[in-house]
Amino acid sequence: MSTTPRPPADTDTMSGADILVKSLVDRDVRVIFAYPGGASMPIHQALRRYADRIRTVLPRHEQGGGFAAQGYARSTGRPGVCIATSGPGATNLVTAIADAKLDSVPLIAVTGQVATPVIGSDAFQETPMVEVCRGITKHHYLVTDVNDITRIVCEAFHVATTGRPGPVLIDLPKDVQMTNCTPQWDVPMNLPGYDGRRKEPASGAIEQAAAAIRMAKRPVVYCGGGIIAADASEELREFVRITGIPVAMTIMGLGAFPADDPLSLDMLGMHGSTYANRAVRDCDLLLAFGVRFDDRVTGKVSEFAKRARIVHIDIDPSELNKIKPAHLPIVADLQSALRALNKQVESMRQEIAVWVEQCQQWKRELPFHYNQQFDGILQQHAIATLCEKTRERKTIIASGVGQHQMWTAQFYKFRYPRTWLSSSGLGTMGFGLPAAMGAQVAHPDALVVDIDGDGSFQMNIQELATCYCENLPVKVLLLNNQHLGMVVQWEDRFMAGNRAHTYLGPIHHAEASGKGQGVYAAERYPDYVTIAKGYGCGAATVSRKSDLSDAMDEMLAATGPFVLDVQVPYMEHVLPMIPAGHSVDDTIMQ
Amino acid sequence: MRHVLSAVVQNVPGVLSHISGMLASRGYNIDSLAVGETDDPNLSRMTFVVVGDARVLEQVRKQLEKIVTVVRVVDVSAWNYVERDLMLLKVKAPPGVKRSEIRELVGIFRGKIVDVGANELMIEIAGRENKIEAFIERMRAYGITELVRSGRIAMVRSGAADDES
Repeated sequence: MSTTPRPPADTDTMSGADILVKSLVDRDVRVIFAYPGGASMPIHQALRRYADRIRTVLPRHEQGGGFAAQGYARSTGRPGVCIATSGPGATNLVTAIADAKLDSVPLIAVTGQVATPVIGSDAFQETPMVEVCRGITKHHYLVTDVNDITRIVCEAFHVATTGRPGPVLIDLPKDVQMTNCTPQWDVPMNLPGYDGRRKEPASGAIEQAAAAIRMAKRPVVYCGGGIIAADASEELREFVRITGIPVAMTIMGLGAFPADDPLSLDMLGMHGSTYANRAVRDCDLLLAFGVRFDDRVTGKVSEFAKRARIVHIDIDPSELNKIKPAHLPIVADLQSALRALNKQVESMRQEIAVWVEQCQQWKRELPFHYNQQFDGILQQHAIATLCEKTRERKTIIASGVGQHQMWTAQFYKFRYPRTWLSSSGLGTMGFGLPAAMGAQVAHPDALVVDIDGDGSFQMNIQELATCYCENLPVKVLLLNNQHLGMVVQWEDRFMAGNRAHTYLGPIHHAEASGKGQGVYAAERYPDYVTIAKGYGCGAATVSRKSDLSDAMDEMLAATGPFVLDVQVPYMEHVLPMIPAGHSVDDTIMQ
Repeated sequence: MRHVLSAVVQNVPGVLSHISGMLASRGYNIDSLAVGETDDPNLSRMTFVVVGDARVLEQVRKQLEKIVTVVRVVDVSAWNYVERDLMLLKVKAPPGVKRSEIRELVGIFRGKIVDVGANELMIEIAGRENKIEAFIERMRAYGITELVRSGRIAMVRSGAADDES
């Protein structure tokens, strides 16, 4: 027997769980991803009472919920919210929280906790979640008093979404969820050590940056996720429209500047374009906007932009001078900084014409390429085909981690911010499907495609159930090479081709010991079409190049979730490649 | 280079663990760490002695400031400052000549004998690190049985810094 649940009136005494949910509703949270368990059941009961104002999506694994919340956040810029119970539920969120920290994603993770009297007694499903998460959150709370909930939720959203965004954990013991109080809704925040205001650049800094730009002969922009987090994509485009300076992007920055613009140098770094990497090698001014000089970008740090003056603008002071000293470090919100800078710069097209022509010549001579003649479907071909077919549709792309991710970064030409969801800093396999699911919740009208590998896909394949049951028509373009492709590539390049647990089929197959014949795995395992259909999704498999276009059309036309299993070779390598710790002059091209 | 950093932090559970965890996970070398409440019960003060070059110091400081519960960080050693360390030390001191010698040394170092046992003395001594260490060296010959130090605390002299309140 069930009754129609109704939320309490604002003036009533409320339980901690109701106060939490009401606080979320008041923060304009419209959807959360929550998996219930013993220590979070009161929250779920409260969520039922507020069901008309907040959608609760039930993932099939807490990690899926965490990444779905990230997909929601990355595709909208609004904070994503996930909830799990204590103990294993909470620890299943840890990877998604660590991932959000490294990619600066605003994530609110609420975990149930055992009741306060038994905290510290090794109670059933007890994990010291705050202890576990200290180093992987921007901030964290263990709530011990029901009267603190309103303030803590307010602080959590403030901290997660301002400054450099990041994940905030709220660990909420079950007895606090069940305690009643008369909530105070307007409690001031208590954050004396935190300043979330938009940081304007220090006076004089922008003038200096503009002067450095005027003096440059070979300037290049190196921009990243900071542009997208600051909603500064339009300001960046304006900066390039004015100055004519070419732009290289990190994997987090793709979409900040349109890939089809002649001044785009696409992605730089280990698997970046040779033209971007050469531009950074030879530039005399590096405009580092919202980036952190990650090792996958710089390679050998001492060789990176060796002859350049560096202007580094970032909202996080600790990123300035962390890896590479900047000649002009500027702590500022990128949108404010670029708006100010755009007022001070002018066209450089005359002065840098030779340089820009050099960059574009490299771009013509050394484009991302693959064997167009290959008698089968190469991963790059599948991605380029998808890119072509989705050009006119509002499309959001998610990916797992590995070769397919790098190829997507290379061959899917992103034109808009927040349309590319990728676990970039942590590099978490299994990210793609749940992230796509979260983005689909936020953008019901958009085409959301998870370009995945078979290794990554299986790490959160259970979310196909969520996609089906919650009516989320996510498409999965599964580039299935039966192997852990990126690890295979490293085995081939650096370990004499010795296969060590990188084949995903039965261990008695020849491929398991590296004795496979040909470029494809001889037998295929598992049967993804059957699995997808078992979950209720549409599915098809394709292996012939001539069939790819029709198969993709079928996927794109499907009204529900759909898995297109594409048979691709496993001997294909992501190129170009700068080996770890090396410089652009050591690039592997073949 | 040796630097003394002073951080004002919110007096909330876990803040010490957070800060020490951050320092450890980023591989910073901390010689000394002292914590105590301030005149405002909502705030505590932590004093760190950090060894490293200017770049390490800059990173430690910025990473500390990034922690939400850290209110502000001051590089005390960039100013004219007073530094102290408090030590309690138990030393073997059988009645007789040795005990007299120790009493004399305690006087010279401006320490205090705070407990007298049958064969041991407990000595309290405060001062700069090098004075404390010099005293420890003197006591070794007699046989130190137990030693505890508070960790370094420091304060900028009046008028020496504008941003230090």
